[in-house]
Amino acid sequence: MTRHEHAAPASLGGNLLNPATIVCAVLAAVMLAILLVRFIYGLGLVTNLNDGYPWGIWIVFDVVIGSALACGGFSVAMLVYIFNRGEYHPLVRPALLASLFGYTLAGAGVIMDLGRWWNTWHIFWPGYANPNSVMFEVAVCISLYIVVMWIEFSPTFMEKFGKAEAKRKLNKVMFIFIALGTVLPMMHQSSLGTMLVVMGVQIHPLWRTPLEPALYLLTAITMGYAVVLFESCLASSALTRKIEMHLLTPLSKVMLGFLVAYLLVRLGDVAVRGALPLAFVPSLEAAMFWLETTCFMAPLFLIGRESQRRNPGRLFLAGILLMLGGALLRIDGFLIGYETGDGFNYFPALPEILVTVGLFSLEVIGYIVVTRRFPVLPRDVQAVH
Amino acid sequence: MTNRRDFLKDCLAGGTALATGTAAGPACARETRARPPEALGLLYDATLCIGCKACVAACKQANDNPPEFSTVDHIWDTPLDTSAYTFNIIKVYRNGTMDHKDEEENGYSFMKISCMHCADPSCVSACPVSAMTKNPVTGVVGYDPDICIGCRYCVAACPFGIPKYQYDSPTGKIGKCELCRHRTKDGHYPACAEVCPTGATLYGRTSDLLLEAKRRIALKPGTITRFPRGRLGGPDQSWEGAAGKYLPHVYGEKEYGGTQVLKLSGVNFQKVGLPDLPEDAAAALSESIQHSLYSNLAMPFAVLGVMAFAARRSVVKQSEDEGKEEDQP
Repeated sequence: MTRHEHAAPASLGGNLLNPATIVCAVLAAVMLAILLVRFIYGLGLVTNLNDGYPWGIWIVFDVVIGSALACGGFSVAMLVYIFNRGEYHPLVRPALLASLFGYTLAGAGVIMDLGRWWNTWHIFWPGYANPNSVMFEVAVCISLYIVVMWIEFSPTFMEKFGKAEAKRKLNKVMFIFIALGTVLPMMHQSSLGTMLVVMGVQIHPLWRTPLEPALYLLTAITMGYAVVLFESCLASSALTRKIEMHLLTPLSKVMLGFLVAYLLVRLGDVAVRGALPLAFVPSLEAAMFWLETTCFMAPLFLIGRESQRRNPGRLFLAGILLMLGGALLRIDGFLIGYETGDGFNYFPALPEILVTVGLFSLEVIGYIVVTRRFPVLPRDVQAVH
Repeated sequence: MTNRRDFLKDCLAGGTALATGTAAGPACARETRARPPEALGLLYDATLCIGCKACVAACKQANDNPPEFSTVDHIWDTPLDTSAYTFNIIKVYRNGTMDHKDEEENGYSFMKISCMHCADPSCVSACPVSAMTKNPVTGVVGYDPDICIGCRYCVAACPFGIPKYQYDSPTGKIGKCELCRHRTKDGHYPACAEVCPTGATLYGRTSDLLLEAKRRIALKPGTITRFPRGRLGGPDQSWEGAAGKYLPHVYGEKEYGGTQVLKLSGVNFQKVGLPDLPEDAAAALSESIQHSLYSNLAMPFAVLGVMAFAARRSVVKQSEDEGKEEDQP
């Protein structure tokens, strides 16, 4: 059973005040200042939102794309616990941590976009909640998932603070939270795609399909694995750790499986609905469609062969392409392919961009603090091999 | 390898549970809704409209909305489009020399833009908190700012671009026509129809308005006929005039399952700014997908059961393996 020989996770240690955290803290402070202005004067002063584009990057980037990029925890947990592939266990905690921050901040990010945020609790109140609304499902499901992820991750804190008894008790029922942690993302990641359906004819035919939930779920999974590839390669170079190639090579094969499934559904759907000719009409939409499709197709050639999957550089690049492809699918559906009538344009304002940057900086600070002080990353991969 | 065989067996069991959940799906498909029988609405006849914009001013007053300026002098209320502060507007189509009213070539035409009060509204389906609701009797689509969370999904969902948001306010609300439902208890009806001097905007039950619209379309252009004004079925304020040259299409009769506001025009409806919509409402498709996947939460719980079973097996198996390793040197 050599495949289960893992090093126990350990905190990295080191100073929390370093150039990376200081830069991130400054960016987060800028975000807070902008948000102060937003809450005093309204959305119009700091964003370029308008009635033609009521949703900008705070929704499309921070929530729709951000939560999909935060699917690493879900994708890896599914592999380890549902498909019983214990060998990937060392990837679970770091992936879950990134997901935890991604989702928690996406949830917080929604609040700053809500025009009447003090009524947010209405979503969860039986007299007000509207189960016909796709957004109701997304909101409830994401909120639940954030709670479930904190519970899934809590053993890390329990280890740090010596709560062995509490950890033992929680571990007995952990399988329930692990199961919830796979079902909830399946639900809301697919629903994020379904959100486009009610917009009907306003969505360009290349992205207007009742199969939206399937497309968004499949790409959320591929994006989850892509992020794990990306982060593992990045963490290994930044923290001078050895790349876990013995895990990443087979993991990328699983990812390719989901990618092929996605491409079959995506291209099949576009062809069957007769929307394909529109991809050959010279337009921004057609160009974006091909850019998006290329990002999804390229990894097949980049890491299609086993020998190619042993090359960290190729895995890194394939990971970036799939993250980009998934992001483009979402930008194209919600912004580029969304046409509400003449006379409306949207490009994010600088303060709007700075808020998104600040939110991401907060995630980075959180990740650095937690990995340096709490047992998240495997002690040293080399000690085992 | 028993391990793997067991797992496949589990998957099969799970698959059966899933299939059962999916089989329940199509029963949840919901048809596009029709208008309530007593639905209230407006009939706008572009050929009768003289572009006086009395309806725009009256709407502002009735809804206590501030003026919006598009000219340098800031004297007159001059909105260019509907907004969170302008619920009704008259737009103009121009072509070439603009010599003839209600003609596409070298002509011009007016069009009233305001909420269509859809039979199956996208905004109501989209709203996560029931701030946007459709009255089951009158069919009026109303908005309650005290419930609204300001997510603007209604703004994104509406194919007519009607619900609009106050981006300039820290407590921004959605603004849209609610068919003057706040004025009906005083015996009033929509201000736009009350003040319309030619009956171009006519208020009444949508079923009656539809008959009136079809009567007009059936007339030979130029035929002298009576045009009611104000409220259809109310005090007679009708006048005698010549029938216009209509396109044989009552806009709103069938679009998205029908709307309660109907329109007649001599110029192509897309050219005067109305979207080309199918007969099936997007809300029906969206809700069919949601209810097929989530009816009684059967499918999520079935999947959860399978996942919990698989996760429990893996956790036990993996911790056993870890245990064995510890025993081994």
